Amino acid sequence: MKRLLMTTAAYAALSLAAAGAVAQTLTIESWRSEDQAIWDEVLLPAFEAKHPDINVEFKPTAPTEYNAALNARLDGGTAGDLIVCRPFDGSLVLYQKGHLAEITDLAGLENFPSVAKAAWSTDDGAETFCVPMASVIHGFIYNREAFEELGLKEPQTVEEFFAVLDAIKEDGSYTPLAMGTADQWESATMGYTNIGPNYWKGEEGRLGLIEGTAKFTDPEFVKPLEVLARWSDYMGRGYQAQSYSDSQNLFTLGRAAIYPAGSWEITGFNKQAFFEMGAFPPPVEAAGDTCYISDHTDIGIGMNAATEHPEAARTFLEWVASPEFAELYTNALPGFFSLSNATFEVKDPLAREFLSWREQCESTIRVAHQILSRGEPNTWNNLWTVGANVINGVMTPEEAARTLQDGLAKWYAPQKD
Amino acid sequence: MTQTATDSAAPAALRRRRKRAGRLHIVVFLAPAVLIYTIFSVYPLAESLRLSLYDGLEDGSAVWIGLGNYATLLFDPDWARQFWNAFSNNLVLFFVHMVVQNPLGLLLAALLSLAPRFGGAYRTLIFVPTLLSVVIVGFIWELILSPLWGVAETLLGAVGLAGLYQPWLGLESSALVTVSLISVWQYVGIPMMLIYAALIAIPDELIDAARVDGLSGFAIFWKVKLPLILPTLGIVAILTYIGNFTASFDLIYSIQGALGAPNFSTDVMGTLLFRTFFGQQLQLGDVHMGATVASMLFFIILVGVTIYLALVQRRLQRYEM
Repeated sequence: MKRLLMTTAAYAALSLAAAGAVAQTLTIESWRSEDQAIWDEVLLPAFEAKHPDINVEFKPTAPTEYNAALNARLDGGTAGDLIVCRPFDGSLVLYQKGHLAEITDLAGLENFPSVAKAAWSTDDGAETFCVPMASVIHGFIYNREAFEELGLKEPQTVEEFFAVLDAIKEDGSYTPLAMGTADQWESATMGYTNIGPNYWKGEEGRLGLIEGTAKFTDPEFVKPLEVLARWSDYMGRGYQAQSYSDSQNLFTLGRAAIYPAGSWEITGFNKQAFFEMGAFPPPVEAAGDTCYISDHTDIGIGMNAATEHPEAARTFLEWVASPEFAELYTNALPGFFSLSNATFEVKDPLAREFLSWREQCESTIRVAHQILSRGEPNTWNNLWTVGANVINGVMTPEEAARTLQDGLAKWYAPQKD
Repeated sequence: MTQTATDSAAPAALRRRRKRAGRLHIVVFLAPAVLIYTIFSVYPLAESLRLSLYDGLEDGSAVWIGLGNYATLLFDPDWARQFWNAFSNNLVLFFVHMVVQNPLGLLLAALLSLAPRFGGAYRTLIFVPTLLSVVIVGFIWELILSPLWGVAETLLGAVGLAGLYQPWLGLESSALVTVSLISVWQYVGIPMMLIYAALIAIPDELIDAARVDGLSGFAIFWKVKLPLILPTLGIVAILTYIGNFTASFDLIYSIQGALGAPNFSTDVMGTLLFRTFFGQQLQLGDVHMGATVASMLFFIILVGVTIYLALVQRRLQRYEM
């Protein structure tokens, strides 16, 4: 009897050891279901070739359900080992609740600038909990054939920008600007946070708001709203009911000349548009001014604090932080740019154009995303509404700035008068 | 004597046992419904009311604050503005349904009941949209009304009214009414069916008698049929009331988004509840504030239904037919 027990125990121990040695399976939680093929066919095979003992599976959830579903799974202990992180508070809350592990000392994190890590670090920057994966860059994508046909050049300054729009409007064969206000968020994302950094000098203005030394009612924050108000003259008829997908279609069908964009559009536009496209960064006030671009930290990846395979998960994160991943990812998903300092060649011409602005211009992130949208009323939601209101002409830029400032001052101590 | 005593005692015991058994089967039959209703309806409702009395702390725990959340919702200027705006938009939605959907449903039902042989196809066609997903309905109507690819402008142009075309869904002045009318288009089949069922249940003898008495077709409808279906119209009204506070959410969310664009002109209690509870973009979800909005919604519906039951339902005359 005793012998039987011993044998069983030995077998059990052996099989456990064997299971450990054969393969550890890690699963990745993400909201990017459209990236399934890229993970399955490009990224994960490259990792598994190097680490045959670790098997990784990419299991996305629909974007609108991701936050709620992930929270439920983390609370219930059934979440995946690796968690794709939303920037700022969405992930910070998970870290504070102990769901995300601290990875401040992870090998490879030194490849990233601190502005990139800020999206997934505590407010003081002392603890980091996700590896930065990618950013998206704002600018304008234009129909190069339309520009050639009308003899137009990429505008450098704001006045040149409006001169180009006037010329397109006068010609009449294209809608000058492909944007609508029906879904509201484009006014904030492709409008205000796209052109704004040139006025508030990128990080200087953004950090000024956080420290309380700048206000939304200051001229550098009101000016971009005034410029935005002028856009409505160049948007399509009935733009008030034009949705995001309407704008995308309007542009890719060749019926509009300029699309206020985020670089995430590149993959889709390459597939849909039958004409050659170009891109230019947000125009500056006077020729020769320093340009600022919104190079927004959008995706990171961290590990579940409760994972059963912390070593394997760490190994995977180290690989994500490596130059190899940076190059693979940026080229597999043109328009999502690795935040790593590593240098490599970007194959897609449009993506290369966007990325080249990092050399010429100063980078910043969207103004409302760090700390400033933590309270109620929410600054980012306010920006959606007032941005659309300014374009629709139902609110003056000054009123819009007042709304933003009053909303922020209500709950954010450094902004209280 | 003893004999009689035992005689009368036995049936009494038997009666008691029968009575107890009689009670038991009521419990057995009620149990499944009560159990399911309690688990899936009463308990969540009570839990949601309980949640609304707490406030969340940063470490995830909650602290009891009594009616603090209600005070915030009703008296904090930012919350109160959103709340009353959503509430009044709901009332507009209710009003449009009461003056458009229900009379239209009554009219269609009356017409269908006159021609049961040819009405079948129309009855089905008019009812079909209620079975469609709101996402599909929203998408179809967005396309029809789209300033870029919609047929609305072309159709108006065909009758020389192209000048009347506006991007209705995008204008603050018209967005809410437009969404309401889309909802009317989708759901007009439900009052139609309920009223139709009531109309065809009216015995032919009553109609024949009215005819013999010399009433015209319209007078028969007005003086005989309508009084007989009043209780159904009451039910339709109360269903419309409840539906406007609960079911209006999905259509508005799918067409106008969680912020009730443009400029909160289509924001209703449902969208306010959704973004408060689950969050919206950078706004993190707040279960306690969300539960407060949900509880207010519950009270609003409760008050409406109570008023209806107390003042209207009891006065409605029911006729045995």
